[in-house]
Amino acid sequence: MFAAARKLHEVGVLGLNERNADYIARLNPRHLYPLVDDKVLTKELALKAGMAVPDLYGVITNQGEVRTFSEIVRDQESFVIKPARGSGGDGIIVVTGRSKRKRDTYRLSSGVFVSEGEILHHISNTVSGQYSLSGSRDVALIEYCVHFDPTFADVSYQGVPDVRVIVYRGYPIMAMVRLPTRASDGKANLHQGALGAGVDMSAGKTLTGVLGNEIVDEHPDTGALIAGLQIPMWDFILESSARGYDVTGLGYLGVDMVIDNDRGPLMLEMNARPGLNIQIANRAGLSDRIACVEAHYDSAASPAVRAAFARREFPANKGSADGGMP
Amino acid sequence: MKQRYVYVLAALLTGIGLSMFVYKWQVLGFPVSENQEAPVWTIESSVRFDSGPGSIKVQLHVPTLTPGFRMLNENSVSRGYGFTLNYGSGGREAQWAIRRADGQQTIYYRISVYEDDSVDQEDTTPPFPPMPVINEPLKTAVDVLVSDVRDHSADTASFTTELLRRMNDPSPDPNVELLMADVDSNADFVGVVTTVLAAARIPARMVRGFALAGRQRSADLVAWLEVHDGDQWRYFNPMTAEERLPDRFLVWWRGNERIVNVEGGSNVEVSFAIQKNYFDAVAIAETQASQRDAFAVDFSLYSLPIQTQAVYSVLLMIPIGALIMVLMRNFVGIDAFGTFMPVLIALAFRETQLLWGVILFTTLVALGLTIRFLLDRLRLLLVPRLSAVLIVVVILMLFISLTSHRLGLETGLSVALFPMVIIAMTIERMSVVWEERGASDAMRAGAGSIVVAIVAYIFMDMAWLEHLIFTFPELLLLVLAMVILAGRYTGYRLSELKRFRALSTS
Repeated sequence: MFAAARKLHEVGVLGLNERNADYIARLNPRHLYPLVDDKVLTKELALKAGMAVPDLYGVITNQGEVRTFSEIVRDQESFVIKPARGSGGDGIIVVTGRSKRKRDTYRLSSGVFVSEGEILHHISNTVSGQYSLSGSRDVALIEYCVHFDPTFADVSYQGVPDVRVIVYRGYPIMAMVRLPTRASDGKANLHQGALGAGVDMSAGKTLTGVLGNEIVDEHPDTGALIAGLQIPMWDFILESSARGYDVTGLGYLGVDMVIDNDRGPLMLEMNARPGLNIQIANRAGLSDRIACVEAHYDSAASPAVRAAFARREFPANKGSADGGMP
Repeated sequence: MKQRYVYVLAALLTGIGLSMFVYKWQVLGFPVSENQEAPVWTIESSVRFDSGPGSIKVQLHVPTLTPGFRMLNENSVSRGYGFTLNYGSGGREAQWAIRRADGQQTIYYRISVYEDDSVDQEDTTPPFPPMPVINEPLKTAVDVLVSDVRDHSADTASFTTELLRRMNDPSPDPNVELLMADVDSNADFVGVVTTVLAAARIPARMVRGFALAGRQRSADLVAWLEVHDGDQWRYFNPMTAEERLPDRFLVWWRGNERIVNVEGGSNVEVSFAIQKNYFDAVAIAETQASQRDAFAVDFSLYSLPIQTQAVYSVLLMIPIGALIMVLMRNFVGIDAFGTFMPVLIALAFRETQLLWGVILFTTLVALGLTIRFLLDRLRLLLVPRLSAVLIVVVILMLFISLTSHRLGLETGLSVALFPMVIIAMTIERMSVVWEERGASDAMRAGAGSIVVAIVAYIFMDMAWLEHLIFTFPELLLLVLAMVILAGRYTGYRLSELKRFRALSTS
């Protein structure tokens, strides 16, 4: 048991307690949480800072406005409904189209058709706070549904794959591509069964994946190889995520980006408590990379400089060398 | 930096908690284990006399300084008499008085004492006694005896021993024989000895009391000799000249006076009865502390009304449950619903007993979940749905109680002790997790909650721990210190060793 703990320490694996006590508690002041917990606010701030985000179609802030839903989406074939204060991808509905005969019947990303009544019920649940972190009242966002880039088409089962970048004090330090599976119900959340693929920070290419807590080479549903896929516009992704720090001020941040076929990488949301399974996907520990950033920290560095630092310092083989892995 | 504050704070809390604990335990004598009992001796003296025509005044010597013993309480039973306690030359005196009384009278005085080795002879050094006024021919006999004994001794102790040896000699010399002419009781004998010692300018006095041993219906007073050697009082057996006190000797009073003095009464009889009881050590410690004016006892939980005590004996275990929760969460890494839900469930387990608790809890949550899923189809708003689940939980509890009562299973009644709001929230949380993350996640967190509740129950149900915390609530500061330290634990959780196995094995 102690041997296992020592080994993890050598590899530089960050544990939950250390993440909570040393990084989140220290670098993420409580008063900044609303900036990332409220997706409406995050979107506004990101737009001001020049980050690309999905278009916002409308916001439903109370039960009375639930009726305005059909008005908001009148001209849209596809859209996403999400709670502004949701967590872990809970409560998100992706509508990819409408029934040909009845416009008030919607097709979800899973292919299932639901009535407008069911969607209104979901929105009213959202507004009353069912999916919010604290259980208090919430608002529902209706926004642009990303038409994802074909890069990850072979390694995704429905849903939208996204790129999660961990940003430490403004420096991107680790990334993974989160690929939906049948088990995750189209969601790109690792806790819900999505597959995470590590990313070579230098080249922007995928490495092996993690499913649950196991390392895998192939997507469980499509059987396609995960490793070696080039993420498009990698430089832009790194720089955008580095910019996430300037927008939020959070020193330990997870930035989620999706790659749209037409508009390129869009920032979907940011997370003040990003998970730790990213380490398994990358087969590398976060602690080592954090130590590296601390050693070279420069508060005046621009996002572009910080992104360049990440490309230079965190190639896949370096993490492997430190961890003694092939 | 912060790390150091945490250590300092934890050390401070531990220090305060531990020192209060040690003080109450070692100095005030609060027992660390439950049902610890100490022997308490109750001595009852009854004074019987026939009342005379006029007013009556009864004076009885009662214990004052009792080396080796501490008083728990004392009281007197005397119908119609006025009662006062005074200090006389031989120590405290109880005094009863009445204007008129008819027939035979009995007055009781009762004192309870317990052994306490820390109680010492607190007397000051007495002055040298004045030369006793003795008439001839006794004066010559005393003078000869004193000078004779002085020649054969070196100091006060050896003088006393030599004197006692001579006076106890079966074939005494004529001087001793003369002195002993009027002696017909032990007390008289000790009285003569003190007179001779006074003639030698040695402070001495008679001590009377009881050697406490078991139960005695009528105990006899024992006369003992106390001699001051300039530094301290020393005790001598007047019969054997041995220097010691009998085991468990309770000093009742000192001096040559009679134990009781009744004015206006006749045929006075005094008798003593001794009873040995066992008394809760906590109560003794409390009395002891209050006699010392100890601040600790004012804040003792035992000073609360019994019902409130019962509430607190349960409430004080919640911090223990919280500590278990912290350990399970941050060191083991078990998933559970709600931060303190398992602790509250563990509290309910204390009433229902473990097996029944688990069965009832699981049944309740399973039934509640089923109904929650049915309710889901109605598409209710959040708060009405939560309320509906709560009401269903209450109805289910009622139903379980009634059913089990019908079946003759009285344990089923205790289902009412489960915190229903907590259960309703658990059902709601579980159903949301079930819908969004799947049954396995919901089941795992549910099972985690039960496991944590069981572990918390095991600790919260330890009778000795409950007693310890209740008697020494300052130990909660230690629990607080532990929780604060755990709050800065940044090592891996046990579950993470498994989670990151892929990284540690390759």
